Amino acid sequence: MNNLALNNFIRFFGLILLQVFVLNQVNLFGFVNPMVYILWVVLYPIKKEQGTFLLLSFLLGIFIDIFMNSGGINAAATLFIAFIRMPILKMILGKSDFDFVSFNLRAIAFNKAFFYISFLTFLHHFIIFGLEYFSFSEFTSIISKTLLTSIFTILISIIGILLFSKKK
Amino acid sequence: MQQLFYLLKKFKYLLLFIFLEIIALIFTFQYHNYHQSKFINSANFITGGIYKKANTVSEYFFLKTENHRLAEENIKLKNLLNIKGIDYSNPTYIYKDSVEYFQQYEYSIAKVINNNYSSKNNYLTIDKGALHGISEDLGVINSSGVVGVINKVSKNYATIFSILNSGSKMNVRLKKNDHFGTMVWDGKNPNITQIVDLPRQALLKVGDTIITGGKSAIFPEGINIGIIEEIELKNNYYSKINVKLFNDMTSLGHVQIIKNFRKEERQLLELSVNNE
Repeated sequence: MNNLALNNFIRFFGLILLQVFVLNQVNLFGFVNPMVYILWVVLYPIKKEQGTFLLLSFLLGIFIDIFMNSGGINAAATLFIAFIRMPILKMILGKSDFDFVSFNLRAIAFNKAFFYISFLTFLHHFIIFGLEYFSFSEFTSIISKTLLTSIFTILISIIGILLFSKKK
Repeated sequence: MQQLFYLLKKFKYLLLFIFLEIIALIFTFQYHNYHQSKFINSANFITGGIYKKANTVSEYFFLKTENHRLAEENIKLKNLLNIKGIDYSNPTYIYKDSVEYFQQYEYSIAKVINNNYSSKNNYLTIDKGALHGISEDLGVINSSGVVGVINKVSKNYATIFSILNSGSKMNVRLKKNDHFGTMVWDGKNPNITQIVDLPRQALLKVGDTIITGGKSAIFPEGINIGIIEEIELKNNYYSKINVKLFNDMTSLGHVQIIKNFRKEERQLLELSVNNE
């Protein structure tokens, strides 16, 4: 249990640093910066108690916001996917009550895990760009930025999970 | 009462979520207001310090461009000296200052330690702050053009409100005549900005140079900005004027900060006129 908490702690700050110093400097095609830091939300162990998880997700977003000078955009989006994560997982796995402690992303089928990551990523990116532009007239920009950035975020996330997690 | 507690307990995560989400949205919309945000900015000593550390590594990759920029600026300044007839080759040359001379602008140097240009509202971080005489609303340029305006200041760091920001509005004018306009950015290409409300009487050509207008107290008049790249006419007015910036906003090294000593005097005067 202690090990798990330490892992989480390292992942939290590791992902912030990775996001700020590597991924925010990518600027692929001039504007695509994959936001892989949400991997922390995706990988957080599932517990009945959700208060700390929501609070930490909010903090993660705020830290990114402070570095990026973006107000509270990242905090709002990260908190939202943290809240919506449980219902999504239940929907995808089709079980009302699954084994909380032994949940492992590598243990479930690849297409289900892929859908889980993609859905959260799209949602998160859509909120980010929606709040950033905040106008209906720029809907095409919001959608195109969401889609393009999501593709790269999902790609890097999956590679990261395959490289850094143990298969069970 | 018990039921109320039961309900609160049942929906406690939902309530926590809503509470935090509202805070996040307040931060978001507060940030759109210029100078409103209190602590969500990268001018504090933690993020500023981390950015500075990272910059000591990354700046080595840009030494070549930075040197080139410096050499170009040197040539420009030497040519200017020649035009004024000052012999710079003589090291003992003393330029006689007149008694009436009063310096209006002071330039100081800073280094960009965090640069953003991919989002719609871009901010930069520099490694100079209140201790180095930086305050809010000072203009920031580099040798090739305008960069932005100082937004937030901490002791050792400051953030810059980039010209690549949806809220950026800058007074500009044509170099060849005195027509003024406002420069904004549509959030798409970091090399292209737009000019709005330029009067129809202003005769424009593709390739005309745009410089700062000097109507604001922030920038002196005549700093290069860019050249007109595309003009669109609709119903006898300019519906779109695109300007290609001289400045490459995607690669910024050292920048110069302009302090206007007559700013307060000017603002006080303008204020008293408005109050009458």
